[in-house]
Amino acid sequence: MSKKSFRQAINEALRQEMRRDPTVILMGEDVAGGRGGSAGTQDAWGGVLGVTKGLLEEFGDTRVLDTPITEASYIGAAAGAAVTGLRPVAELMFVDFVGCCLDQIMNQAAKFRYMFGGKARTPLVIRAMFGAGFNAAAQHSQALYPLFTHIPGLKVVIPSSPYEAKGLLISAIRDDDPVIFLENKVMYDEEEDVPDEPYAIPFGEANLTREGRDVTIVAFGRMVGLANQAADRLEKKGISCTVIDPRTTSPLDRDTILECVADTGRLVIVDESSPRCNMATDIAALVAEEAFDTLRAPIRRVVPPHTPVPFATVLETLYLPSVDRIEAAVTATMAHRVAEKV
Amino acid sequence: MTQDIIPVTMPKFGLAMTEGKIAGWMVEPGAAVKTGDELVDIETSKITNAFESPVTGTLRRQVAGNGEMLPVGALIGVVADAAVPDADIDAFITRFQADFAASSDAQSGSAPVDEPVMMTVGEHTLRVHERGEGDGIPLLLIHGFGGDLKNWMLNHDALAHGRRVIAFDLPGHGGSSKDVGPGTLEFFADVTAQLLAQLKISQAHVMGHSLGGGIALTLAHAAPQSVASLVLVAAAGLGPQINMTFINGFIEADRVRAVQDALKYLVHDKSLIGRRMADDVLRYKRLDGVDAALRRVADACFPNGRQGDDLRSVLAAVHVPVSVIWGQEDEILPVTQADGLPGGIERHVLPDIGHMPQLECADRVNAMVEEFMKSRVFAT
Repeated sequence: MSKKSFRQAINEALRQEMRRDPTVILMGEDVAGGRGGSAGTQDAWGGVLGVTKGLLEEFGDTRVLDTPITEASYIGAAAGAAVTGLRPVAELMFVDFVGCCLDQIMNQAAKFRYMFGGKARTPLVIRAMFGAGFNAAAQHSQALYPLFTHIPGLKVVIPSSPYEAKGLLISAIRDDDPVIFLENKVMYDEEEDVPDEPYAIPFGEANLTREGRDVTIVAFGRMVGLANQAADRLEKKGISCTVIDPRTTSPLDRDTILECVADTGRLVIVDESSPRCNMATDIAALVAEEAFDTLRAPIRRVVPPHTPVPFATVLETLYLPSVDRIEAAVTATMAHRVAEKV
Repeated sequence: MTQDIIPVTMPKFGLAMTEGKIAGWMVEPGAAVKTGDELVDIETSKITNAFESPVTGTLRRQVAGNGEMLPVGALIGVVADAAVPDADIDAFITRFQADFAASSDAQSGSAPVDEPVMMTVGEHTLRVHERGEGDGIPLLLIHGFGGDLKNWMLNHDALAHGRRVIAFDLPGHGGSSKDVGPGTLEFFADVTAQLLAQLKISQAHVMGHSLGGGIALTLAHAAPQSVASLVLVAAAGLGPQINMTFINGFIEADRVRAVQDALKYLVHDKSLIGRRMADDVLRYKRLDGVDAALRRVADACFPNGRQGDDLRSVLAAVHVPVSVIWGQEDEILPVTQADGLPGGIERHVLPDIGHMPQLECADRVNAMVEEFMKSRVFAT
């Protein structure tokens, strides 16, 4: 066990699964990142943010494939490789580029098992980085997990810490269905203790990072950390929160969310994706339908405005959910008084 | 006046903490503070805690700002009477920082690290934690099924006076490699003997808990010369019954709540089983190879829902002092298994205690073991 960054945890998961299973291959733009040059490095980039660094050296260029900048071709190739026996991990770089290859994901990979009557397996992982806060502007900052969650046949994973990232990526690679694995790009340098050995965290099982009496907060990815910070502050004011990290949006651990809401009677959802038809609306609908009678206050959502992600740093900061905004939402839901029934 | 200037340093919230982050000051410089007032939030890898002022006075400086990560013992603030001149405060800070830098340099050079190490023992890699030194006969601690060396966290350090005390993770457990061979008591006893040889320990007091007690007895049978005495805490091998709801529940549990439910069988005071403890167990259970290892051990040691090994004859035959410790309310191995032992064996039955006396009433168990090793063991 040692401290590892989010980046190192992902790298270690890839490395250990590639050692364990020779059918695991990597492909994507700059996953190796060019060779030669005066330094003679074999993987000059190792992924644009260095996540796949060192894998070319260990596994060679038959298993670590640099692709042209043609998402439709290599994501399609990865889907084809998956149905014909490999376990490709394709990196889409910025998730915003999904526009170029959505057919391969939505109409091909996601549909194979269904359209072939259950006879096809598609053990494909698509890794991509997402999220605002990196000052990468509107075309490189979106949090598109609701888009993937909307498509039956895909599993969608959003790790919230280095420990979670390693265990969830190992599960993703061992899974026989297409998995979209989304890494918040602001988190790559976050560190925590991560076991050196391989381990798998199952999908569809939410993690409660804390348990409280008053309010349930559901948060995704990087927002889990912010929710915990807000809960720390609120605790000093005498408000105790449960924080749920669903880990995967598809499958979604509905039972844990409903159980916690039944316990606390109040729900705040923190979601950094665009506010219309996002996870916050999805979970609000779930709770309104299944647990309406347990609610003691209206559900509150802490979400960005319905605009492209701004480039200007001050506006980008305003755009994202923050610890302050989560704290305010929890305080507001606590202040709500249900009218006494006559 | 220097004696009126009091340093506020990074606290140590528990054994594992080496550094902490200033999560947020709650008191502004210049404000009066009383002993016990919440001064600053400190964030560690495990928790965030409010740090209370150790003194009464005026917070004169926040030496460390919000968000700064500092080692334990580093200066984070200064409390002094409002009358102390700023220049004296500055001089104090400069001197403290210089001394602290010098002492931490010296420490990083020579001080032994109190951390488990990984050791290769035969075909296995074992996580081994050694504490204490001296001429006393060393003490070896063997944990039980599904446990690890942390099961001794309240005993290990307390017993490490005048002797080496070694705790380790059995194969298949904790941080050790996960191959458990046939998963039998003989297998574990053999690995334990190899570990002792590798540590150059010819003879040790052996304290085993639950399955570890069965391993200790098996070791005493297979290699009697290596065992100076036996402390058997709710040991396996002394009766056929075992709570298979616990064993199977522990193996099957794949969520925190299920793990928590299983762990509750271990103690009489159920409030001891927190979410953190369950989460820690779940993290272990997720490691590759653990599930197979636990199933192998359960199949080998508890076939058909009963304990497969009867070690009462071993107990009758050993020529070393033996102490048996059992919780009256044990829900895993019933306390009746401590009945009818051969004469000359020390026997402690602890009321209102479950299957883990070493955790549930650590001080009493530590005192018993200390006394036992002192009084019952003959000079060698």
